[in-house]
Amino acid sequence: MSLRGLAIFTRTQATLYLREPIATFFTIFFAPLFLVLFGLIYGNEPSEILGGRGSMDVTVPAYLGIIIVTVGLIGLPIQTSVNRELGILRRYRVTPLRPLTYIVADVTAYWAMALVGMVLLVVVGKLAYDIRFEGDVLSVLAGFTLSTASFLSMGFVLASVAPTARVAQTLGMVLSYPMMFLSGATIPYELLPSAVQRIADFLPLTYVVKLMRGLWCGKPWSELGLEVLVLTGILVACGVISARFFRWD
Amino acid sequence: MSRPVIAVDALEKTYGAVRAVDSISFQVDEGEIFGVVGPNGAGKTTTIECLEGLRVPDGGQVRVLGLDPRRDGDALREQIGAQLQDCALPARLRVGEAMRLFASFYAHPLAPAPVLQSLGLADREKVAFGDLSGGQKQRVSIALALIGDPRLVFFDELTSGLDPQARHATWDLVRGIRAGGKTVFLTTHYMEEAERLCDRVMIIDTGRIVALDTPAALVRTLGAEQRIDFRADGLGEDVIGAIRSIPGVGRVERSADHVVAYGPSDRILPPILAALQAARLTFRDLQTGQPDLEDVFLALTGREMRD
Repeated sequence: MSLRGLAIFTRTQATLYLREPIATFFTIFFAPLFLVLFGLIYGNEPSEILGGRGSMDVTVPAYLGIIIVTVGLIGLPIQTSVNRELGILRRYRVTPLRPLTYIVADVTAYWAMALVGMVLLVVVGKLAYDIRFEGDVLSVLAGFTLSTASFLSMGFVLASVAPTARVAQTLGMVLSYPMMFLSGATIPYELLPSAVQRIADFLPLTYVVKLMRGLWCGKPWSELGLEVLVLTGILVACGVISARFFRWD
Repeated sequence: MSRPVIAVDALEKTYGAVRAVDSISFQVDEGEIFGVVGPNGAGKTTTIECLEGLRVPDGGQVRVLGLDPRRDGDALREQIGAQLQDCALPARLRVGEAMRLFASFYAHPLAPAPVLQSLGLADREKVAFGDLSGGQKQRVSIALALIGDPRLVFFDELTSGLDPQARHATWDLVRGIRAGGKTVFLTTHYMEEAERLCDRVMIIDTGRIVALDTPAALVRTLGAEQRIDFRADGLGEDVIGAIRSIPGVGRVERSADHVVAYGPSDRILPPILAALQAARLTFRDLQTGQPDLEDVFLALTGREMRD
């Protein structure tokens, strides 16, 4: 299939995603809304425990974790298993559409959705709280892309093992919501009790949050080796598992 | 005759202990409408999905357009179009978007607009799939099957769930596809559809071929020009025997309360009614007519096809 074909399929998937009001809300508007809400409570005064940064300065990169987990563990698994239940995936299988094209287009569409969420979050953070950005844009984009790819690959595993869309939805929510609160995505890691921090160290989202916060305040990649390793490991492992177990019908 | 479009030799497919398809062999020629009929669970969908490459046969040889659906799947999928049973599109996908998307899958697609036009969908282009009527959805699935300009088109239970009017309109569309030079392979559980639409019909039951010929030839094998058909409760073997012994009655088929007797109806109807009266049986749904594929199925399997 041509690049043009890939582009058409990617655009179609993204368009369909945007036409689901609930998915759109949680991917694009939820995190900025949360940001405004918590900004009203905490403000953005510099704080010693956050290394002289304000609450909002660290919250914006941490909230990227909320967007990523929403797209990866809720958006993709539900949509994929709904499409399977409707027979759409089987219908694609009797066309010349290659499975790889389908997956690349799907991943690109979800990444683009997450990117829109990220841009909106940053814009709101800048306008409402004049958040500080000390990193470099390309590094943040690269870290965001790695994190998103890693979580989308987990989403494909969920979609592969879940027998129905309902199960996929339940699994996705059961995994996502505790992770949002225990990983430092909503409450800064530094403020978590040490027992919770030990739990957090086993959650994939913690590494997304640490990576994004690190890159956001200008930490060099060399100090983020563990985060990159964990997220890359997840991506490879889940890629292999879904290649083996993904079902078209 | 040219090379067959589909050649199947001893196809087998088993699910657990169930032999869904049990050593089926047949050929489909270029430019014909070939129909597979049989009751639900007869193996129709399994057969069509083995041809489309969606299922791996457990045994036998399958060649579609000279290709092995599993090994040469990519090349084959460029040349076939398919409508699947129980397949929907995303409810919020618009008809025009679906057409452009599916067109992008093929190397040499047709232009979407004329295809939609020919199926009476020109004004539906901006309508979401979920907002279409059942008949319109079915026509969209036909349009998507045609967008790649295939040589061979598969329809699996194309008209099930449609009202009779929409079904007849769909038959005209399928005839139009064949007139455009394409070969059509379809499954149906409507005997009337097979008889009216197909050039050749393969009747299958419990995974085996019961008969394969043109509808007219299949009906001729019954060896009767007319039939009498009625229902009655409390039918005993004595009454059936009495009907059988009436001069002019060819064969008599019986399934529960339903009896079909073949022969010249003018001559055999009065004695049949007399036999029922003698047995003090009341009959209902009495019909006389030409035998059709329903009768062929009944004669060959001893059971009735039901919708």
